[in-house]
Amino acid sequence: MPTVGVLAIQGDFHEHKEALLRLGVNSREIRVRSHLSGIDGLIIPGGESTTIVQLIDKFQLRDTLIDEVNSGLPVWGTCAGMIVLANRLTESRPSPLNLMDIEVSRNAFGRQIHSFELDIDIAGVQGPPFPAIFIRAPIVKNCGAMVKILASIENGFPVAVRQGHILATSFHPELTNDDRIHRLFMDIVEGSG
Amino acid sequence: MAIDHISQDTNNSPKTGTWRVKAGLAQMLKGGVIMDVVTADQAKIAEDAGAVSVMALERVPSDIRKAGGVARMADPSKIIEIMDAVSIPVMAKCRIGHFVEAQILESLGVDYVDESEVLTPADENNHVDKHSFKMPFVCGCRNLGEALRRIGEGASMIRTKGEAGTGNVVEAVRHARTVMGEIRRIQTMNKDELMAISRDMSAPFDLVQEVHRTGKLPVVNFAAGGIASPADAALMMQLGVDGVFVGSGIFKSENPQLMASAIVGATTHFEDADELAKLSKGLGDSMPGLDVHTISADEQFASRGW
Repeated sequence: MPTVGVLAIQGDFHEHKEALLRLGVNSREIRVRSHLSGIDGLIIPGGESTTIVQLIDKFQLRDTLIDEVNSGLPVWGTCAGMIVLANRLTESRPSPLNLMDIEVSRNAFGRQIHSFELDIDIAGVQGPPFPAIFIRAPIVKNCGAMVKILASIENGFPVAVRQGHILATSFHPELTNDDRIHRLFMDIVEGSG
Repeated sequence: MAIDHISQDTNNSPKTGTWRVKAGLAQMLKGGVIMDVVTADQAKIAEDAGAVSVMALERVPSDIRKAGGVARMADPSKIIEIMDAVSIPVMAKCRIGHFVEAQILESLGVDYVDESEVLTPADENNHVDKHSFKMPFVCGCRNLGEALRRIGEGASMIRTKGEAGTGNVVEAVRHARTVMGEIRRIQTMNKDELMAISRDMSAPFDLVQEVHRTGKLPVVNFAAGGIASPADAALMMQLGVDGVFVGSGIFKSENPQLMASAIVGATTHFEDADELAKLSKGLGDSMPGLDVHTISADEQFASRGW
């Protein structure tokens, strides 16, 4: 039975834990370095990316997170989590972890009144379109050859991408009761995805 | 909590201003600290310290209390200056019931509006109809009935009222304990007792039923009103709130940078006493406090609104 860590520094980590529970997966809140040992996958939740990165550095998690993911720990970032995983941002800050070959633009749709819901098709997700919730959401501006685009929206910018064992979405599957992307991530964790 | 109030529309175009989008932004703020700021420089200090959002004001509550008179929405140029200075969400306050101030704040593109008892109420009977806005609202409460009335009007985030501008956490504790206690009570009631409690609390029946079913508020619930130290923030988190607002407590302290950063750390590590001890060291003086019992009843902010 795999255990998935959920970075619990700030944001909607509890909703990810609930989704994992619905799938019968053990989860663990990650706040300090020692919590990272023995997990089989990691989710970086939605939240404020500047806050999450500040606290990753303040509590000295950066190097350990980078080492774990570079040595194969499957990781999924939602919204702020996507920003944390990027190798560069269009904006000057925060300073991301440089784990995925994507350039990300924060708040790409503008302020909160432009946040929206949209049903989108996602490669590898069977069934009806996925109810995607975009909240002050980022988009992928550019990505490297190793990155597979799983979903884009009308303006052509990717909103769901995968690079091997690393998954990132601009939107928040954890705010719905639709667990298909959590299941996709568990397939990656269990080596079948 | 999954947000499932609004069912999917079959017409597939982007839908803005939905309940899930409004309540969803509050979910993203959880485990975070929202700080009152009165200048762009303070907003940057707050962002650098790890604030999840800032509340743009002309005066912090302790100065509003000192100044007296009628406190209104901030000058839009002040709010814009702060919105331009930071990349985190910016909140602003409108007076209770002042829906035109709310319309102006929406027009400015404010990310969340606080219909706040800290400003002088514009309507002593009615709060703003918050469902009619695309911009989300947070409202204060002293008990569960008040929280559910505000949610019924469309608030997608709740906070305790506490007693703003005092640096005294006692009222925030009272309000958080009251809300949590009433939730526990409703949760254990029999179904046939819910209408009577709905009547007694003057709370919408459907929301009382929802609390009975889920054992929690339908929206994110922060603490506010008197938080002035890392220990205060952790106390409120251990009492079960989702995050904290700090008003005067940061920029009225001796060293705002240190205090801001320590309160952010304490809100994440709220259950780790060793970490809290480290975070509480050497912060200088907290804001000057005020004994709530010395404030006359008609000068208490918390009794504004109903």
